[in-house]
Amino acid sequence: MREAATLESHQSTGFSEEVPHNPLLAGRLAAVVGGAALVAFAARDRSWRSLGLALAGAPLVYRGATGHWPMGQARGERLAEHEPSILETSVTVNRPRREVYEFWHKLENLPRFMRHLESVEERGDGISHWVAKSPLGLHAEWDAEIVEDIEGEILSWRSLPGSQVHNAGSVLFEDAPGGRGTVVRVTMEVSPAGPAGKGLGRTLGKVLRPVTSRQVHEDLRRFKSLIEAGEIPTTKGQPAGKRSAINPHNPF
Amino acid sequence: MRAVCWNGKNDVRVETVPDPQILNPRDAILKITLTAICGSDLHLYNGFIPTMKQGDILGHEFMGEVVEVGSGVNNLKIGDRVVVPFAIACGHCFFCEQQLWSLCDNSNPNAILAEKAYGYSPAGLFGYSHLTGGYAGGQAQYVRVPYADVGHVKIPDGIPDEKVLFLSDIFPTGYMAAENCDIKPGDTVAVWGCGPVAQFAIQSAWMLGAGRVIAIDRIPERLLLAETWGRAEVIDYEQVDSVVDTLKEMTGGRGPDACIDAVGLEAHGTTLDAFYDRAKQSVRMETDRPHALRQAIQACRKGGTLSIPGVYGGLIDKVPFGAAFNKGLTFKMGQTHMHRYLRPLLERVLNGEIDLSRVITHQLTLDDAPWAYETFKDKQDSCIKVVMNPHANGNGYHRGNGHHRGNGAESHEDTV
Repeated sequence: MREAATLESHQSTGFSEEVPHNPLLAGRLAAVVGGAALVAFAARDRSWRSLGLALAGAPLVYRGATGHWPMGQARGERLAEHEPSILETSVTVNRPRREVYEFWHKLENLPRFMRHLESVEERGDGISHWVAKSPLGLHAEWDAEIVEDIEGEILSWRSLPGSQVHNAGSVLFEDAPGGRGTVVRVTMEVSPAGPAGKGLGRTLGKVLRPVTSRQVHEDLRRFKSLIEAGEIPTTKGQPAGKRSAINPHNPF
Repeated sequence: MRAVCWNGKNDVRVETVPDPQILNPRDAILKITLTAICGSDLHLYNGFIPTMKQGDILGHEFMGEVVEVGSGVNNLKIGDRVVVPFAIACGHCFFCEQQLWSLCDNSNPNAILAEKAYGYSPAGLFGYSHLTGGYAGGQAQYVRVPYADVGHVKIPDGIPDEKVLFLSDIFPTGYMAAENCDIKPGDTVAVWGCGPVAQFAIQSAWMLGAGRVIAIDRIPERLLLAETWGRAEVIDYEQVDSVVDTLKEMTGGRGPDACIDAVGLEAHGTTLDAFYDRAKQSVRMETDRPHALRQAIQACRKGGTLSIPGVYGGLIDKVPFGAAFNKGLTFKMGQTHMHRYLRPLLERVLNGEIDLSRVITHQLTLDDAPWAYETFKDKQDSCIKVVMNPHANGNGYHRGNGHHRGNGAESHEDTV
């Protein structure tokens, strides 16, 4: 009985409807970046259009900062809107440390595996310009600077003073034990400053959760796949027979 | 193109679907010349593997001719004749480099789903549910092969498809099952099931030095094939009071040195625990029916090895783990690390050490797939292994036992 109940709770997550509730922390990086950008953009341009952006962005930021979505988490009610949050995560990549560092150091690579980013452009002197895409097809932009860069070891950045998003992070690169590649440890500090990020995010987050959390969670895997295999696995665009909206035959 | 699509429990249909396209640089497209139905496809057909969706193209045993290659594939060209392994592997991650190809870290686009179910994600598989990637399978006229630069073995001209197709899954799977037994010269190996994987496990056990092979099933033609082609001693479990006691007697009270569960999650049985599994599985309180596994654990000698090529997907009940622990058994299992076996086993085929076509009982067209699934599932018409030519129109292809083409099938008739 107990085993069966456990299995059902696993499998009730379904294929496309729900998402794991405790995904890799590293996936939050993109959540914070993308979500904070949306909130900031919305705060700058107070219009109906921006309301949507804020609604889209706030739960992302919260998700990225805390590892949880802003609903259904009784113990997580201390929201990230009020104080900076720290998150840490790691992944092991089967490539030499220098190579992994260089891939990340080239910030233009980030949108290749962070699906919420449209582009990152390096503008010299450690300054970069970030453009995020939103689920609504709109864009948000901000500038960030590199604050620490030790070749092959560490890379840290933060949003420029005056940005309406506070976004700082660092990536550490370590040799995995036994010569088994590189451990990449990501630490992020986030405190979204936009007033629109409060409250509203809770509501819209419920709507956005199924798609967004899943995407965020996959980003770090995509990073690893891109470096190791040279491409990101996909089945998008492959053939299939007639699909029905619901799946009455599948017992799970 | 035409493709066999899953439409729910006991419902496969041959549908017209779009042709596959190159989606990633390391992809290739094959025109499939021969494809097969695997016993593990029946787990999908019977609705026991979660995360299937209506319209999914089935099939993970196939071969064909390269018709298109991606920009990242430099060791294949149009016209090459290849067999493709059912497990999809990138070739560059930690696991691939350890030769643990079916545990590839990168090939499952739905890794998060699998992590939820299993802790970590195994490799993607062709046509085998969205838990393992949701890749369109090869019971179709064409298929897209990801990481095609590492996921193929080239087949020379002059040997028919029927004699190499099973390099795609069941020969390597039977071979790894035997290899996992860590066979010492003279060992006794007991094999639960006499389906195609078991038949190749039996053949492989001899290749690896077994002194004795005992096979257990209930289907007469399968037992006969194990006895004649496989040179195994056989036990019809419906004709004995206790398989465990029978094995004990046959081995002079010691038990088999290694046991292979080539049955998996839909085991049949006549004992109380088998009915218990049936009842629980029917109301979804147990996903898998581990009847063969329980017997194998109980029957295995002290310090022996249990090798499990049979597929399990979820949770199992009433496993005699105390027996396993107190007898100090070793368990080895998992999806086959296909890529490490492709070339060595092709060599054995080309050397004439084994005729893979011996298990084929039915040579059909793709349009016969619904009939073939039903027949294979019910083990009617002496069905052991179905192969389908997806570009044949039916001329020269016949359903049913006794209408085979090719040497392998003919020689199999001698045994039935």
